[in-house]
Amino acid sequence: MSAVSAGRVRGRILSRIALALLYVFLYVPIIVVIAMSFNSGRSVLRWEGFSLDWYVKAFSPGPLMSGLQVTLIVAFASTAIAVVLGTMLAIGVYRYTRGPLARSLATLPAFIPDILLGIGILSMFGVVKFAIGMHSVILAHASFEIAIVAAVLLARLGSMDRSLEEASTNLGASGAMTFLRVVLPQLAPAIVAGAALGFTLSLDEFLMAFFTTSTNSQTLPIQIYSMVRFGVTPEVNALAAVMFVVSLGAVLLAQRIIMPLMFRRKP
Amino acid sequence: MRRSGIVRLSAATAVAALALTACSSGGSDELDPNADISEQTLTISTWPEYYSPTLAKDFEAATGVKLNIVHHATNEEGFAKVTSSADSGIDIVFLAGNFISVLVEEDLAAEIDQSAVPNLENLYPEVREFAFDPDLKHNVPYAWGTTGLCYREDLVSETPDSWADLLEPAPEAVGKTTLMDDMRWTFIPAQRFLGYSINTTDESELDEVGTMLKSAAKQSLAFDNTTYGEKLIAGEAVLSHGHDGWCNMAASEDPRVSFAMPKEGSDLWVDGMVLLKSSKNREAAHAFMNYILETENQTWLVENLLYNVPNRAAMESLPDELFEKYPALIRDGASLAKMEQIEDVGDAIDIYNRINTEIRAG
Amino acid sequence: MSKSTRSYRPRPARAIGATLTLGLPGLFLLLFVAVPLGIVLVSAFFKRGRIGGFKPEFTLGNFAELARPVYAQVLGSSLLMSVTVTLICMVIAYAAVWAMRTLTPRGRIVALVAVLIPFWTSFLIRAYAWMLLLGDAGTINGALQMFGVIETPLRMLYSPEAVILVLVYLYLPLMILPLAASAEGLDHSLGDAARNLGASPWRSFRTVDLPLTLPGALTGAVLVFVPSMSNFVVPDLIGGGRVLLIGNVIQDQFLVARNWPLGSVLALVLLLLLVLLLMAQSMVIKRIQGGGK
Repeated sequence: MSAVSAGRVRGRILSRIALALLYVFLYVPIIVVIAMSFNSGRSVLRWEGFSLDWYVKAFSPGPLMSGLQVTLIVAFASTAIAVVLGTMLAIGVYRYTRGPLARSLATLPAFIPDILLGIGILSMFGVVKFAIGMHSVILAHASFEIAIVAAVLLARLGSMDRSLEEASTNLGASGAMTFLRVVLPQLAPAIVAGAALGFTLSLDEFLMAFFTTSTNSQTLPIQIYSMVRFGVTPEVNALAAVMFVVSLGAVLLAQRIIMPLMFRRKP
Repeated sequence: MRRSGIVRLSAATAVAALALTACSSGGSDELDPNADISEQTLTISTWPEYYSPTLAKDFEAATGVKLNIVHHATNEEGFAKVTSSADSGIDIVFLAGNFISVLVEEDLAAEIDQSAVPNLENLYPEVREFAFDPDLKHNVPYAWGTTGLCYREDLVSETPDSWADLLEPAPEAVGKTTLMDDMRWTFIPAQRFLGYSINTTDESELDEVGTMLKSAAKQSLAFDNTTYGEKLIAGEAVLSHGHDGWCNMAASEDPRVSFAMPKEGSDLWVDGMVLLKSSKNREAAHAFMNYILETENQTWLVENLLYNVPNRAAMESLPDELFEKYPALIRDGASLAKMEQIEDVGDAIDIYNRINTEIRAG
Repeated sequence: MSKSTRSYRPRPARAIGATLTLGLPGLFLLLFVAVPLGIVLVSAFFKRGRIGGFKPEFTLGNFAELARPVYAQVLGSSLLMSVTVTLICMVIAYAAVWAMRTLTPRGRIVALVAVLIPFWTSFLIRAYAWMLLLGDAGTINGALQMFGVIETPLRMLYSPEAVILVLVYLYLPLMILPLAASAEGLDHSLGDAARNLGASPWRSFRTVDLPLTLPGALTGAVLVFVPSMSNFVVPDLIGGGRVLLIGNVIQDQFLVARNWPLGSVLALVLLLLLVLLLMAQSMVIKRIQGGGK
């Protein structure tokens, strides 16, 4: 009895150490970047005094800000396309097809390596001699986001209760009415989840935009890439710190909404 | 109803496609003397930090033309930008000579109306004889120079004077050398050391060069085109293959950094401005190229970025002390112009490409 | 009446619905996924264009080029590196998920979200952070020198090991999450029972936990393996151009060498490898699930 509990305690201590190491590994690089964003010098080693200059620099007009603007436009536009088409696709596949083939096809683009899809779209624009630019990045991002939205929705549709829908039709509601009043509300959380996922992936997508964009519409990841290739760039540190705080804030906000829902029934 | 909509849509895209092709192939090279250039907005693509930080503002103040500056990190990237679609939106691209000749051959470069660029007078006459673009028909030279050995005086036992110092580094330099990342320049040290042309298309010569560079790469720190100056200053690297100008920049930050010309010789690179045929802002573009060649604008480049410019008026107006302080600054344009230039090698690029992959794969 | 309500709506309406919901997204995916991939496939059989693109002249030369040892070498080292990254992620993820079991359900969720948060910061910035950490004049060397552990800086950046480390860092959350999800459904009493019956912790893990969590681990493996394999940014920034993965070579063909057909051939090889991997994964999962029941 005592041997077992001693083992338990030891296991507990060991697991706490393991977790601590994991979070050190995950967070130290980010903390270093954030700390360095306040360093007035360019060095990553010597502390040369506290300064917010890099923040001013990062957020004044320049490649980072124009990149951020392009990235946001691309993310919003591609997500909008993906939500509409992805939802249609998921409903279509769920309703009108049988067997796993259509389902696989619908979600396939999410699994194609982005480098392949990026060069494919670049080649296609080259073949038809269309100019590339923001529009090609948006279309490229939408092409994989559709699959992501569809995948999330198909998972939800599979577990959805169909009896409500049947009841609605039985009570004489039209197909469109049933869809709007019964199906859509049930799907809404999944649509939001799919959109959020697609949006996040679009924000961070590098390879696809790298191949399909023109000089005039470089996304933030591309701007960051070309800056860090030229060595240590403290304004990137400042931007990183802000991005980290924003995503942390978003997560905490989501937590405040989701956690109570998940644990509502627990004492 | 739906069908007719689709038909209309596809008709519209077809028309748009035709319009795009028309723009790229048509258009005359003639300048419109009545054009109001202040109505035009000019987009140039160049290397980052390769121009005055106030260039856009100064140029707009001088001419009324809005200037939009975008960047490419390498020649290849800049080239890809202006060739991968019908209209990249770029009016002027800054590229090295071997890329310019391809743009000319592919009929993508507009002819320069030299009467609209009177400051061409300021240039060394030798620049008109370069094989990549004789008579400056399609480009206006921006800067030129050479590449050589950039090193830390205090961290090498002997002053490097040969490419061998890079290819077979001394014990204290093993793991502390950098090679150039730009494919054609990666090859130069071994090509020069073995006495081959830097434009050789002989596969067996290139294989020999590749073997040599493979071993050099194994003993190096990294392939680096852009940050070797920082690596030298930090002491991460002690010996780098570098551009004269960038090495000067590093030397101005840290006097322990110095530049040496290998005894086997090196290359002459020329970066020029090319006006693209797709440009709809030709008049403003000519005004820009002329503005860049003004003596004080080119001296700014020499004094601040420490690059050589093929502009005799500018080089001669600079104080002697500058040339004493930075031996990589060369006032004698004729001697620089004699060096071999990297030229486009046509189909042999596939051999270079294959060997380049082999060098990096280790 | 009752019969007609069984099928949701009459046939013509069904056809219209199918056309509407499947037609538009289908058209989009055709234009922006199928056609681009088709072009890549077709261009693999064409000659290169001078400045990129391709000439419509049939050739098998691009596939012949593939026979050169250097491409096999790059494919081999990319495979090795991606497999190493995947395995390291898997080991760390198992340890992490195992450690998280000692937490309360709410604590586990917080722990998982904490794994995800860094993942939401830009991928490039997270890679760049390691340049600051690993450089000769970087944070780690600085700290070690300050405490007198070392005198001369350790060479850490620009090595294959550094590339592996950073890839692990970047993609670890993609392994932990599916694994945690599959472990969440585990019945702890099974493992407890095994241990009570005298099985060693390793044995109970191997016979009880491992088979049950393997589908999650394999999902994670694909999620980690695929982006590792086609990555070119990390070898570029962290490997100093001296670590070459297949992604670098593909990117070079398109943007540096302008040999699009060769790039397409290499991209197709990559795709083939990934398809094989996915098939193997689903076979393994089927086998486990088949055997389990």
